[in-house]
Amino acid sequence: MEIVLVSLLNGLVYGMLLFMLASGLTLIFSMMGVLNFAHASIYMIGAYLAFEVSRWIGFIPALIIAPILCGAIGAAIEIWGLRRVHHNGHVAELLFTFGLVFIIQRGVQMIWGMLPMPYRVPEWLDFPLFSIYGANFPAYRGFMLLISAGMLVAIWLLLKKTRVGLIIQAALTHPHMVSALGHNVPMVFTGVFAGGCALAGLAGVIGGNYLTTESSMADAMGPIVFVVVVFGGLGSLGGCFIASIIMGMIQTFAVVFDYTIADIFKPIFTIPRMDNLLGEILTVPMSRIGPLLPYALMILILLVRPRGLMGTRDT
Amino acid sequence: MSQTTMASASSAPAAARRTAWAWPVLLAVAIALPWCFYDFTAGRHSGFMVSMLSQTGMMIIFALSYNMLMGQSGLLSFCHAVFFGMGGYVTIHTLEAVGKGMPIPMELIPLCGGAAGLATAIVYGYMATKQRATAFAMITLGIGELMATAALMFHHFFGGEGGVTSNRMIERSLFGLEYGQGIEVYYLIVGWTFLAVLLMYFLTQTPLGRMANATRDNYERAQFVGYDPRVIRFLQFSLAGLFAGIGGSLYAVTYEIVTFDALSGALSANALLMAYIGGITAFGGPILGAVLITVLQSGVSLLSNSWLVYVGVLFITMVTFAPEGIAGIITAHGPVKRAGMLGRLAVPYVRVIVPGLLLVLGFVGLVELLSFLTIGAAQGKKLVLFGSVLNINSAMPWTVAIGMLVIGGGWLRFESVSFGRVWDDITSEIKAREKRS
Repeated sequence: MEIVLVSLLNGLVYGMLLFMLASGLTLIFSMMGVLNFAHASIYMIGAYLAFEVSRWIGFIPALIIAPILCGAIGAAIEIWGLRRVHHNGHVAELLFTFGLVFIIQRGVQMIWGMLPMPYRVPEWLDFPLFSIYGANFPAYRGFMLLISAGMLVAIWLLLKKTRVGLIIQAALTHPHMVSALGHNVPMVFTGVFAGGCALAGLAGVIGGNYLTTESSMADAMGPIVFVVVVFGGLGSLGGCFIASIIMGMIQTFAVVFDYTIADIFKPIFTIPRMDNLLGEILTVPMSRIGPLLPYALMILILLVRPRGLMGTRDT
Repeated sequence: MSQTTMASASSAPAAARRTAWAWPVLLAVAIALPWCFYDFTAGRHSGFMVSMLSQTGMMIIFALSYNMLMGQSGLLSFCHAVFFGMGGYVTIHTLEAVGKGMPIPMELIPLCGGAAGLATAIVYGYMATKQRATAFAMITLGIGELMATAALMFHHFFGGEGGVTSNRMIERSLFGLEYGQGIEVYYLIVGWTFLAVLLMYFLTQTPLGRMANATRDNYERAQFVGYDPRVIRFLQFSLAGLFAGIGGSLYAVTYEIVTFDALSGALSANALLMAYIGGITAFGGPILGAVLITVLQSGVSLLSNSWLVYVGVLFITMVTFAPEGIAGIITAHGPVKRAGMLGRLAVPYVRVIVPGLLLVLGFVGLVELLSFLTIGAAQGKKLVLFGSVLNINSAMPWTVAIGMLVIGGGWLRFESVSFGRVWDDITSEIKAREKRS
């Protein structure tokens, strides 16, 4: 029982972090049709910038400055990069961001070196918030939950309750009409791209010291975020939220369970020991195949529901 | 788009006849190349060159098979290395089995790798080809990650992090060869590469290849004609897997070890880079790209830490300014050459290339200085230029590099405008001439 409760909380923390990344990706995708491959790279930049800022000024300023800088980088990418290749179609835009991944990855290594950064949780947040069944729950995780829940509410309010949100929603489906009504659609696009990148940067700030700030963190996070977006359904924020939480839960729960596929069949019949690939698949413990599960789940849902959980369109 | 495709379709046999000379010439070059680097004093081949040429051969197959998806069917795949890697793994296991007595000659072992690639592509193709465009790209990304993760997890088949190894001297050959030396393997690779390239070329001429182009350009119209785009995507995907598997098999035979690197996302990305930089609209484009990237990779990565930055910048430049790749740039000069006006471009070209070189040198200098400041320092390396050690902490090299970058950039911008004017003049003149005749 205690394991379930602790894992539930940890899964929620990780899932919300995933959502912070995936929501920006989904917003950018559903508005501009651009799959931003460099999204996880921006997240990495966010973490490195937060490390620098918190080293010189402090953690709270980093929480504000780093996302703003990431947003500025995003705006620059949109204005000087994506707009130029826009007339070559969405694939060209996707490839542009794909090229950026290499440059950012190596650029970060060139500036900060190959070793992980000593980016740590600030001291005033480094205490156990409460303990359940003897297991401490760090205050920083509570802080992460607070930040990500705040962001969730802010996004929802922005999109549903403000004029800007109305324009963004309209530009999603009818960009030409919105432009005909006198709104500057390219600027809305830039704004959304910058906003998505700022969200990724924020995820970097709070995720960089929760996980590790190193030059491989983009590679580690990128594919999972894409899985979340596909799983939830392309272009659906709600689906994206559910998928993030599910993925977060799966990843944390898989670690604590030691069952194997053979164990499931145990009550019915005992599977003989086999020394081959099939035997290995049947007897590998759940905790080891944890990293595999999100991808397997994605393929599974695509077989049943090609559009993902709550997707509204095919491409 | 549709007009140009139709035009190229009607003139395809003529174009095929025009370029038919290239096949034997390229084969002869591939056969002769290792002998250009033969060390006559020591009486042996240059190991570096032979292995680089072998690598180029398999990468040509890999890039071309990738282009069956990317260029010909408009499918952006991020899991192509999975089929390459599976071909490699199965080949290693086949080599082991042959060593224990299974009667397969060495020359036919790439077929086993191809079959493995095909089988894997059929399984994953069934799932992935339900979608197209962006959704397809993301599913393949997931498949690639799934397989790369699985390769680290299951030790029986994939061997975990250490990979699987075997010995290629199995003493079964159709021609009585031992394949102990690299050069023998190189000629095996040349043979299979030539065969695979030929087959892939013929595939583009079949109804399947043509319909793949049609679904790429307008998949709704293709449906009206009576074809199911999904079936076409599936067939192209499976066949691309077959050829990638052959490439992976040659990889396994050459290196006698296959690790999860052979099916990792990095290799899939490499396929995309090679195909795109070479040019996805022309059949020969990926060959150019594979040769260029492999040679640069072998050369530059010996000298520099920053290979990824250069290839990334090259890629982005291509995406922005030359979406049809190197092959596209070359074919754009075809009409100019036929009109006999290539000479008029010579001076403008020189005027563009000089500032371009300055820009490239400045950029390379800056990147190298930066990387020596952090990564190089950690490795204890020193930057040596023209035989003297540069002090990277002094302001001089930085100023020179930044100066070259800025001056080259500005100058190039200025010159490219006048180059564009000359180019426009020539193309409009050619058009006017065509109208008259």
